[in-house]
Amino acid sequence: MSRLQVVSGKGGTGKTTVAAALALALATEGRRTLLVEVEGRQGIAQLFETEAFPYEERKIAVAPGGGEVYALAIDAERALLDYLQMFYKLGGAGRALKKLGAIDFATTIAPGVRDVLLTGKACEAVRRKNKQGAYAYDYVVMDAPPTGRITRFLNVNDEVAGLAKIGPIHNQAQAVMRVLKSPETAVHLVTLLEEMPVQETVDGIAELRGAELPVGKVIVNMVRPHVLDEAAVRAVTGDRRKEVARTLTRAGVSGSAKLVTPLLEQAAEHAERVELEREQRAVLGTLGLTTHELPLIGEGMDLAGLYRLASELRKLGVGE
Amino acid sequence: MTLDAAGTLAIDPLLDDAGTRIIVCCGSGGVGKTTTAAALGVRAAERGRKVVVLTIDPARRLAQSMGIDSLDNTPRRVKDVEGDGELHAMMLDMKRTFDEIVEAHADPERAKAILTNPFYQSLSAGFAGTQEYMAMEKLGQLRARDEWDLIVVDTPPSRSALDFLDAPKRLGSFLDGKFIKLLMAPAKMGGRAGMKFLNVGMSMMTGTLGKLLGGPFLHDVQTFVAAMDTMFGGFRTRADATYRLLQAPGTAFLVVAAPERDALREAAYFVERLAADDMPLAGLVLNRVHGSAAARLSAERALAAAESLEETPEETPDTADHPTRSPAANAAEMPAENLDERGIVDQEAGKADGRGAGVPSPEAAKTAKAVETAEVAPEAAAVAEAPGPSEAAATGGTTGATGTAEDPEDEDPEGTAGAAEPANHALTGADSVSADDSVERLTAGLLRLHAERMQVLAREQRTRARFAALHPEVKVAEVAALPGDVHDLAGLRTIGDRLAAGGSPAGAA
Repeated sequence: MSRLQVVSGKGGTGKTTVAAALALALATEGRRTLLVEVEGRQGIAQLFETEAFPYEERKIAVAPGGGEVYALAIDAERALLDYLQMFYKLGGAGRALKKLGAIDFATTIAPGVRDVLLTGKACEAVRRKNKQGAYAYDYVVMDAPPTGRITRFLNVNDEVAGLAKIGPIHNQAQAVMRVLKSPETAVHLVTLLEEMPVQETVDGIAELRGAELPVGKVIVNMVRPHVLDEAAVRAVTGDRRKEVARTLTRAGVSGSAKLVTPLLEQAAEHAERVELEREQRAVLGTLGLTTHELPLIGEGMDLAGLYRLASELRKLGVGE
Repeated sequence: MTLDAAGTLAIDPLLDDAGTRIIVCCGSGGVGKTTTAAALGVRAAERGRKVVVLTIDPARRLAQSMGIDSLDNTPRRVKDVEGDGELHAMMLDMKRTFDEIVEAHADPERAKAILTNPFYQSLSAGFAGTQEYMAMEKLGQLRARDEWDLIVVDTPPSRSALDFLDAPKRLGSFLDGKFIKLLMAPAKMGGRAGMKFLNVGMSMMTGTLGKLLGGPFLHDVQTFVAAMDTMFGGFRTRADATYRLLQAPGTAFLVVAAPERDALREAAYFVERLAADDMPLAGLVLNRVHGSAAARLSAERALAAAESLEETPEETPDTADHPTRSPAANAAEMPAENLDERGIVDQEAGKADGRGAGVPSPEAAKTAKAVETAEVAPEAAAVAEAPGPSEAAATGGTTGATGTAEDPEDEDPEGTAGAAEPANHALTGADSVSADDSVERLTAGLLRLHAERMQVLAREQRTRARFAALHPEVKVAEVAALPGDVHDLAGLRTIGDRLAAGGSPAGAA
């Protein structure tokens, strides 16, 4: 299992939730995982129902079985200042640069610098070792930008290495790229069984492969159970409608047309969706990747739901 | 709903009002912004307006449906739009938009120097804020052409909600800032006397930056900045003009969301931010809202009824003896308390079961129960002969036996197959009901679906109520969920109809 797990997905597919569940699932007995977010949305804090994180790694959860999950919201500006201090002892110069607007320039406008800082910090956490020489974190899980931007985001170091042809930034960009393109990294894409997210997943995987970035798994999120298939719906809408009405009455609810008609309409919609989902599953099947399916948490996502997804992931073999 | 104090957002009056010149659709990713923008465009055009829709990153088939799948950065007329109006649509090409600005505002030689600069090439290909900036730039251009009486804009799927409002300002303040002046200093000042002091600071800075970035990169940046020098004023002016355009009375912001916690949280943030920036908010478009025409039947009752129907293996001994009796006759004879009791006992298991197979416990519990019942039933021998419950128990299927009981011709080998099939479904994770199942199982399926729908409804209502409590002043147009994706004009018209209807789908209020 790769030590840097990057989780991307189209907006609305629940990639932050899946990333958090993955971090919990990987934190099996005695292991530590670090969950990082890079888009400044404080989505992890909201998910774990805690206040916004400062720029530091802090423990946010104990996983079932005793592992620990740490979280970090990477801030590009802070990462840059840290960097200047760490490598060039430029603490004071950093403040001066900030005053001039140079830090702002570097982190918001200069092409790619922001992304380099974010991926660079994540890679630093992957490679970090403690005094005993063991890795500080067994896994680092990144809640990454959405599918449409992920390749550019991860590949930006290549671009920067091309722009800054010499110097420490160049070297740093290359070092980060070595981690990201190695089997130490896996990029997972979260999708729903709907046409647009699936299409974006297919396109995203082609882009990742084109950039030689290691594609991990497809995670289908919010999968709803199939209760009735199309054939069943056809059967009940035909001659057996009366039987259904009688059976409803027998089960203690009204068998009147006022109830039967909407129930059958709902069933027809369900059947249509099942059919669409079947098509989308087939499309995902052509990708030749491991696909994990996670159930829809009917009550809405909360901490309990998150732990449930983590246990589903463990059942699927994540963390072994 | 009492919390919906501001009421329903009426879309048609907004579209019909000649004073509405720009509609901006904003919201977090994956809530259907682009589809909403396209549907509004189609509807406005078919109601007689001359409309252009600017989309940022449409799904391929949606783009195809409007004939804009080729990226040429120019509005194209959409065919097959009915009525007197016109619909034009375009997809933003940010690099091209940037290039066009450079070409329009610099002499050919300078333009060439900029376009070939490596720093420019990276910047224009879409880093931090470029897409947002270019979307606003394009909006300004379209408005300036004055060829359309309504412009509908989709916004980029930004990392933070209102990047498209901030990006122009940010670029503007950067271009006006000290840093850029410092970067430009060497090119401008050369070795002029009297500027020595500044030059000392400067050389220390470029020294640091040069160390970090490498000399050639810094050189690229400096060349770029020098070449762009004459254009900076223009950028700033246009960014300001576009920003003011967004605040003008002819502009209407629609915040688009889905009835989910995260999307509505973002929506609330949008609403607050728009108010802080004096941007005119028309209302909230809530996509994919679920309703039910059978909302009077609660999830709990539907589940309990489904449970009672799925318990029918217990009937098997009875009906196997009298295969000609109708289920209704059985029902009449079935003691009422017995039914109720089962409903209550199994409710918990049923809930878990409804969310997908692969959760072994409820299945096992029910199967165990079926076996137990079969054993204690007086006609146990008959059950053993008819391959129903015991087979089903072995394979994990629960109600296969019902089919055996009800249809006399199913009694033997087919009965086994019938029992095995649901078991297979259970194994593959899709606990699906097929056409050849019994009416009990089908009806139970209908009830389970309804229960699932009612749970979704309840959850959506809770999230909406939370938003309404925070922002009771915001008008809302709800769009009932469609079972599939939209990728043709007919689909966009349907969305438009639902948008215009605006109110809650049946049962959702």
